[in-house]
Amino acid sequence: MKETVIKISLCMVALISVAVLFTVAAYIFLNGMQVISLDFLLKSPNYAALEKGGIFPQIIGSLCLLSVCLLFAVPLGMASGIYLAEYAPENIITKSVRFFVECLAGIPSIVIGLFGLIFLVYYLGFGPSMLAGGLALGFMILPWTVRASEEAIKAVPRSYREASLALGASKWQSIRSVVLKSAYPGIITGILLGAGKAIGEAAVILLTTGGLVTYIPHSLLDDVGALPVYIYMVLTVVPASRDVAESYAFGASLVLITMFLMISVFALFLRNRYVKRMSGSRR
Amino acid sequence: MGTLEHICRFKFERMGAAKEKIIEKLLFISALSSILIVFFIIAFMLKESIPALALGWDFFFGMTWHPSHSQFGIFPIIVSTFVVGLGALAIAAAIGIPTAIYLAEFSPAWLRNVIKPSVEMLVGIPSIVLGFFGLMMLVVFIRDSFGGYGECILAGWIILAIMTLPHVISISEDSIRAVPNGYKEASLALGATQLQTIRRAILPNARSGILASLILGMGNAVGETMAVLMVIGNPEIPWIPSSILEPVRVLTSTIVLEYSYMVWGSMHQHALFAIGVVLFMIVAIFNLVTTVAIKGRLSATTVIKGVISGR
Repeated sequence: MKETVIKISLCMVALISVAVLFTVAAYIFLNGMQVISLDFLLKSPNYAALEKGGIFPQIIGSLCLLSVCLLFAVPLGMASGIYLAEYAPENIITKSVRFFVECLAGIPSIVIGLFGLIFLVYYLGFGPSMLAGGLALGFMILPWTVRASEEAIKAVPRSYREASLALGASKWQSIRSVVLKSAYPGIITGILLGAGKAIGEAAVILLTTGGLVTYIPHSLLDDVGALPVYIYMVLTVVPASRDVAESYAFGASLVLITMFLMISVFALFLRNRYVKRMSGSRR
Repeated sequence: MGTLEHICRFKFERMGAAKEKIIEKLLFISALSSILIVFFIIAFMLKESIPALALGWDFFFGMTWHPSHSQFGIFPIIVSTFVVGLGALAIAAAIGIPTAIYLAEFSPAWLRNVIKPSVEMLVGIPSIVLGFFGLMMLVVFIRDSFGGYGECILAGWIILAIMTLPHVISISEDSIRAVPNGYKEASLALGATQLQTIRRAILPNARSGILASLILGMGNAVGETMAVLMVIGNPEIPWIPSSILEPVRVLTSTIVLEYSYMVWGSMHQHALFAIGVVLFMIVAIFNLVTTVAIKGRLSATTVIKGVISGR
């Protein structure tokens, strides 16, 4: 009797997370859908009269920032992951690399934003730009790409490497054509998780790019708008009536969540397809 | 012919060996980049904040933060940060630990397949969106039912608890699962009920992992910016709160609110960067404690996996 009561109450508590998720998602979806239209998605924002504009440059800007961020963090993170998993001897340098990767992962995003502001925007003279914002985001997700690559590579069975080496392949050849191939699903999933984090990040971008942007960037050093910053700006800075500002923030939130969901679904799709192909070719 | 072939092969092999060496060096240099970035962050943050840190007592324990009057005391802000963080953590623990126990010990597979992905999706909600949700629903609810501004510590607690919850759940569940099956079987064989087994045999052994998840969650809560910024009110001149319905200011929100009008090179700018350094130190201490707390019982890999899936 007591057992059952406790079991049921534990179950109730466990369902709170589910309830919270559905409440937030439903609330944003229902309110956001009322604003979404082709005009909203494809027009530039008009900060003087919010209801006459849209969020097109912000959508493109978020994607641009994400691309810069991934172009920086993925090659670097994968290379570090490969080194840590395959080459690194157990010495003080390896240990400190691991320690500093942990360190970087622990730095609050606002501190990375401040660093981006002083180092990228002012010291290197990028100004508030796509390059500065993307690199700062890259610093933020670098630890995720490193860990994801390292864990995925370590999960590849030892026998794969041995078989490849026994066939006469060199160490790098084995890594490139055998180990990495089996590790890709894990690496991609990890990287896309990082990408999902990056696309919703507001604090870093707020400090390293400009706020009220109305155009699509043409070069790396152009200013760029992003959806999270747009939501923040619309709610705090932009002079608009409360109702319009809130409904536009709902619309932008819905678009942002949809982009995040698309990244996640894409990650699952890539992984499943890859797993299928691998198991197919093995037969 | 034979010799030529031999020479060619010899050359290729040497080229191959050289290439291998170069690749290894390149990979090594990439691995060093994380160290470099962290060093740059520390160096630049310190360089910008030293004038403010040099204020010493007046900075850390000064009671008034009023930049336009050149008063840069962050004590009320630090206290508020901890009040908001600890409260959020308490809520997250109260919900997260039972959830973890349920997921690890009781949950049927189909229900687990509903709860687990939901918890993971919770991490995916961008913090600004969650903050906006809090502003529109939670703040209004608190204003209507308890009075006051609505933007207050309580709202911050709830929003931060939602953000911390996934970390607490995933790491706690992993550490409960990491308890060897033999402990459980021995306890059940001695005639203990399932609940007694969980309380006496499993939880004591998973304690360090659960503790680690809480400390890590605290680090996340203190470093969280946008969500908490939207719901806590941020009064112009912060004070030490005396009720959970009062608006407060935390370290992160102070930086975001004031960076745009700070005068470059002024003490205000140095003070904001010094707040960044303080934040960095607090979070670093929490992370260090976590690492020590989990040493031994729970392998680091489990935690890293938990963190990857958790964030």
